[in-house]
Amino acid sequence: MPWDRARLALAVLAVDPTGLRGLWLRARACPVRDLVTDALTALPLSLRRLHCGIGDEALFGGLDLANTLAAGRPVMRPGLLDRPAALILPMAERCPPGLAARLALALDGGRHSLVALDEAADADETLPAAMADRLGLFINLDGARLPDDPDLTTPMAEVLAARQVLSHVTLPRQGLTALVATAAELGITSPRAPLLALAAARAVAALAGRSAVSADDLTRAAELVYAHRAAPAAAEAPQPPLPDEAPPPPDIGQDEAKAEPQDGIPLEILVDAVRASLPDSLLRQLAVGRADRAAKGASGTGSVKAGNRHGRPLPSRHGKPENGARLDIVATLRAAAPWQTVRRTERPDAPEGGLLLATSDFRLRRSKEMSDRVLIFAVDASGSSAVARLAEAKGAVELLLAEAYSRRDHVALLSFRGARAELILPPTRSLVQTKMRLRGLPGGGGTPLASALELALLTARRARARGMTPTIALLTDGRGNIALDGSANRERAEGDALTLARAIRAAGTPAVVIDVSNRPQPKLAELALGMAARYVALPRAGAARIAATLGAALEA
Amino acid sequence: MTPAPDTSARVHALPERNRTRQPYPFSAIVGQDDMKRALVLTAVDPAIGGVLIFGDRGTGKSTAVRALAALLPEIEAVESCPVNAARPEQCPDWARLTSTAIIRKPTPVVDLPLGVSEDRVVGALDIERAISRGEKAFEPGLLARANRGYLYIDEVNLLEDHIVDLLLDVAQSGENVVERDGLSIRHAARFVLVGSGNPEEGELRPQLLDRFGLSVDVASPRDVETRVEVIIRRDAYETSYDTFMPDWVAQDAQLRARILEARAALPTLKTPNTVLHDCASLCIAIGSDGLRGELTLLRAARALAAFEGAAAVSRAHLRSVAGMALGHRMRRDPLDEAGAGARIARAVDEVLP
Repeated sequence: MPWDRARLALAVLAVDPTGLRGLWLRARACPVRDLVTDALTALPLSLRRLHCGIGDEALFGGLDLANTLAAGRPVMRPGLLDRPAALILPMAERCPPGLAARLALALDGGRHSLVALDEAADADETLPAAMADRLGLFINLDGARLPDDPDLTTPMAEVLAARQVLSHVTLPRQGLTALVATAAELGITSPRAPLLALAAARAVAALAGRSAVSADDLTRAAELVYAHRAAPAAAEAPQPPLPDEAPPPPDIGQDEAKAEPQDGIPLEILVDAVRASLPDSLLRQLAVGRADRAAKGASGTGSVKAGNRHGRPLPSRHGKPENGARLDIVATLRAAAPWQTVRRTERPDAPEGGLLLATSDFRLRRSKEMSDRVLIFAVDASGSSAVARLAEAKGAVELLLAEAYSRRDHVALLSFRGARAELILPPTRSLVQTKMRLRGLPGGGGTPLASALELALLTARRARARGMTPTIALLTDGRGNIALDGSANRERAEGDALTLARAIRAAGTPAVVIDVSNRPQPKLAELALGMAARYVALPRAGAARIAATLGAALEA
Repeated sequence: MTPAPDTSARVHALPERNRTRQPYPFSAIVGQDDMKRALVLTAVDPAIGGVLIFGDRGTGKSTAVRALAALLPEIEAVESCPVNAARPEQCPDWARLTSTAIIRKPTPVVDLPLGVSEDRVVGALDIERAISRGEKAFEPGLLARANRGYLYIDEVNLLEDHIVDLLLDVAQSGENVVERDGLSIRHAARFVLVGSGNPEEGELRPQLLDRFGLSVDVASPRDVETRVEVIIRRDAYETSYDTFMPDWVAQDAQLRARILEARAALPTLKTPNTVLHDCASLCIAIGSDGLRGELTLLRAARALAAFEGAAAVSRAHLRSVAGMALGHRMRRDPLDEAGAGARIARAVDEVLP
């Protein structure tokens, strides 16, 4: 029952808001979510609402400019973080990394509690990792209906009583071992998770009026804290094994088996309870969000380019108003204001009543626009000879990525074999991510060239929607023999491939076709023509040569 | 939700543990020996030039740096000097000193948060003074506060480019030059740069990478026992602070004493010629760019020798700091699966048998 879980999470949070650090509430704005946020008044902290664009002055306090100018003497205003508070952050999925870092620091201080309202619509939208890792509790209200009993608060008397005994609740060592081992079994690496689970277990026990944590408390705490952190059951092995057979069933636990408490709760019960408490589809979605966020490399890595006309506004900077730059009048006045007294004394002959501006006061509006390139590799992994070719392609991807610092390129990789093409690596700049995903890329099977082109086009479109400039690089050695519908029909396959090639041309996406077969294929040259792509024949090329050729083709 | 205009009626006292406390003690950090050693070495010899800590979330990166602030020996500085100058004549001329008394104060450990503005980092016009007294005065930024101490950047790989450029320049020259708002000001800004981050979220520019003297990788402990120990200690810190702290504070004090001894021993430490040769040949074998690698390797080895109370630097000291001093300086070879650590270890085994 999701509502029981939500109710317990809220009660636990009310008992120990700072120990649990906060709540991740995944829901769109709706009456159902209001029920939960209304229940937050039970927290023993004052509620303060933030927004994602909040500045340092509002957070940490600073000069109150309006009042300062009016009063003629500095007027300071207090920051939101000065006093212990329960912070509520709506649209937390849009939280910029800078704010997430500041809030994380505040949470580590142990005086605050954060309720992040995550209104994510897409799978790749999620909380910043620094924040998600610290928040203890998770409530998912997507698609939830109003509960029968709309009052989610636990009676205040119970909460107060629990808060009284909280610091005296003890946990036996094997209980602690069980919590840690469960986290390991679920693929949770951050040591913060067991700490938070420990705090939750104490709060659950305190709510029940017990002075020691029982097995049942542990289970419920693990459900609350671990469920959303767990790796989805099937994707538990982080690195897929080399051969292209199905990955072996998740099989950790040889190490942990001996750590299993003898007389406590068997590990499986805890693990199963956690697994059962959230649907696997949601876990998978969360994992995808995590991976995408990581792969994208959060903003600030240089992927954001500051321009002056389009996009979201950035803080204004010094500059001269020329070349079509826009003056930020408010910021300019703000820069000039403090100088008025000084300038008056320096220029006694200046006309009365006017504002004394200097060129150094000018502030220009800037806004951010994304203009990174993304290089989409479509690599043919078909046939028995694929292994060597695939290794070259992987090498070329990594070489290009290693140069990507200077050129601000992103790299995406899709491989095609068997019936369909598959996106192995969403656009990324992270070498670590790339290595992880590239390791053990399987090969063999037919050549679904059309499917590869379709996926490449889709990836290019998505990249363009994010403001990047995509380029497609196709590495193959032959003609497609699998049609879009998966059937092994060479003629239809070629037709499909040509249609998609024209679609790529129509979309205006630049492309390079690299023919790596021993003898250049005229059909491939034809396909490249359809795509308006450069055609390069590179029989038996090494990784370095492919990278160099691609680099040159891209610069051209 | 309805914004709660006044929740004070329902606000109840929280348990004791929410008052201000000392940071988690440095000695109480379980494992992570490389990270701890690298930080201690920079405390022995700040000229090593910074530590970069890369690793998973929740592995105690920030904890270690915050603990370091409590661990470091105090410095002597002019009381009202904004850049922590040691003697009154070293104070910058723009500083308005209200007192030139020499006091002891903790080594500054300054946080540089993500998304910080340039004004906050380098300093800017003091608006308060400009408005209230009509004076053109400089308000020092984070770089001034970090002088003679540490500058800590969490999530350093997400730092915006224009701030990175600023830091590169200052970290190189040891001096912060401000030419803005009609001000023309310079002051000393020598600090140990400590950065931490998670490599999965983005890589660091090679130029910035090179500015860090040492780099260490941290990972979550793999065995359950160690992890349980982490949780037990952290929980003891959170819930029974008063009984937890004294022991560890005493251990921190011992460590501090050792650091001070090592600092005193450093000038008289002998560096045999063979060690210099070893340094050079190791760097050549690895192909590290520039000479910064050799210098850092030697300094780190000397600091380690001093910390261990040895009379002279030996090959063993070189071997144990080679990984952290050179790991981030190798030319990237993306095709090498083994990673930097293994390549260094291989080179060390070949060159320094």
